[in-house]
Amino acid sequence: MDIDIQEISKLFGTTAALHPVSLAIPSGALVALLGPSGSGKTTLLRILGGLEFPSSGRVLFEGQDATNLTVQERRAGFVFQSYALFRHMTVFENIAYGLKARPRAERPPKLEIARRVERLLELIQLPEIGARYPSQLSGGQRQRVALARALAIEPRMLLLDEPFGALDAKVRKELRQGLRDIHDATGLTTVFVTHDQEEAMELADLVVVMSMGRIEQIGRPQDIRARPASNFVRDFITA
Amino acid sequence: MSDAAERNWRSATDETPLVRGGLILFAVAGIALLVAAPLLTVFAEAFAKGWFAALKSLGNPDALSAIRLTLTIAAFSVPLNAAFGIAAAWFITRFDFRGKAFLITLIDLPFSVSPVVAGLCIVLMFGANSAIGGWLVAQGYPIVFALPGIVLATMFVTFPFVARELIPVMIEQGCKEEEAALTLGASGWRVFVTVTLPKIRWALLYGVLLCNARAMGEFGAVAVVSGKIRGQTATMPITIEMLYNEYLSVAAFSLAGLLTALALVTLLVKTVLELRHADEIAATHRH
Repeated sequence: MDIDIQEISKLFGTTAALHPVSLAIPSGALVALLGPSGSGKTTLLRILGGLEFPSSGRVLFEGQDATNLTVQERRAGFVFQSYALFRHMTVFENIAYGLKARPRAERPPKLEIARRVERLLELIQLPEIGARYPSQLSGGQRQRVALARALAIEPRMLLLDEPFGALDAKVRKELRQGLRDIHDATGLTTVFVTHDQEEAMELADLVVVMSMGRIEQIGRPQDIRARPASNFVRDFITA
Repeated sequence: MSDAAERNWRSATDETPLVRGGLILFAVAGIALLVAAPLLTVFAEAFAKGWFAALKSLGNPDALSAIRLTLTIAAFSVPLNAAFGIAAAWFITRFDFRGKAFLITLIDLPFSVSPVVAGLCIVLMFGANSAIGGWLVAQGYPIVFALPGIVLATMFVTFPFVARELIPVMIEQGCKEEEAALTLGASGWRVFVTVTLPKIRWALLYGVLLCNARAMGEFGAVAVVSGKIRGQTATMPITIEMLYNEYLSVAAFSLAGLLTALALVTLLVKTVLELRHADEIAATHRH
């Protein structure tokens, strides 16, 4: 699904978290929103997911105005920075949550839900952990469970907020490849937020460099490396 | 190993055995003198003339009526205050708005206002001489000197307990899990029932138990609004006072013992629940 962000801005009180920004994301792309903290990247991601509403501007999904769609109507698979797994539920219940929350008419039968959860656990290569609680998992396992939970609702896009932020360097590298594989297997339009330029450059098809609530540059990693559009971008990607 | 070598192993926050022993002794003596001894005295006085006399005094119609009334008051005020407390805690922790600090102060007001003053306020607002009270009495629904007034007074006094327990817990837990549930398509009500309520259930239980203990034991505010009509509006604490003033010490202390036992039962329930769900509590706190 392609996403078209048109002149989106966001004010918190009198401070502008986002100055009007525009961005076209082609269907099936893997996009990184890259910038230091306070650059507005997470705000933009939350606006896409319907967790914040813009002060002005529009968001189009496949050409349809989606600005006023509720968070539930967006059907965006969202992975939170600290994963926000439901700590009182098992891994199985976490992943099944979105399917069980559907209105009765659209809810798959119990056996079908169980089958889908099993398939997702295989996709994230953790087939044996359904009965465990989040507190019994390692950081990397939690991240993958959060990804499986987001995929379970058959989302129209995948949004990830610093998905590798809380992990050590070795696990981070493994999971980067894991996300790439899942993106390639599902073909979902995927947007992730990161402050790590190496991560953005290695993983994404398209990198959006942000600073102070503005987009500094949009481009393929090699193009941004070769021709940084501003001093800020040059400093940030060589840091 | 010698003493000197052992002392080197002590961590920086440990005290010497002498200081430790002194502090423990001080704490135990304090609890024994201020908590355990008075509790034991209540039961000793109740059973001063034997089990039979104590039980017989509880079978008195006035005592039975007081027990029934106190349980009825708790049955009304505790669930209502739990609902209000959840709503207030939700509102305060999930939204930013002007006057939030004022609202938090307002919730704490019953802690700082004397219960007698609270009772007087209710009498002034709903008494037969006020506009609302006069109209309600004319319709046949008196508030003051009747059950509704006592419930109102009890609710005023016990209002902060649930909200006060929930607010810090809900601030600490944040709302990421709720946001996650929303992105998964759950409705607001479903998020509340399946995510928020399980997250806060232990704090809620603790708040409800405290609220219940205080609701059953409230004296000052209820003394003002109830009119102390024996057999009708006299709750357990008020009946205890009346019996005591009439030098019926076995009856007074038997009822006091029962009131204490009710409070101890609530504490016991809490402890048993915590033991039974120890794994789950640990799991939800560690993550």
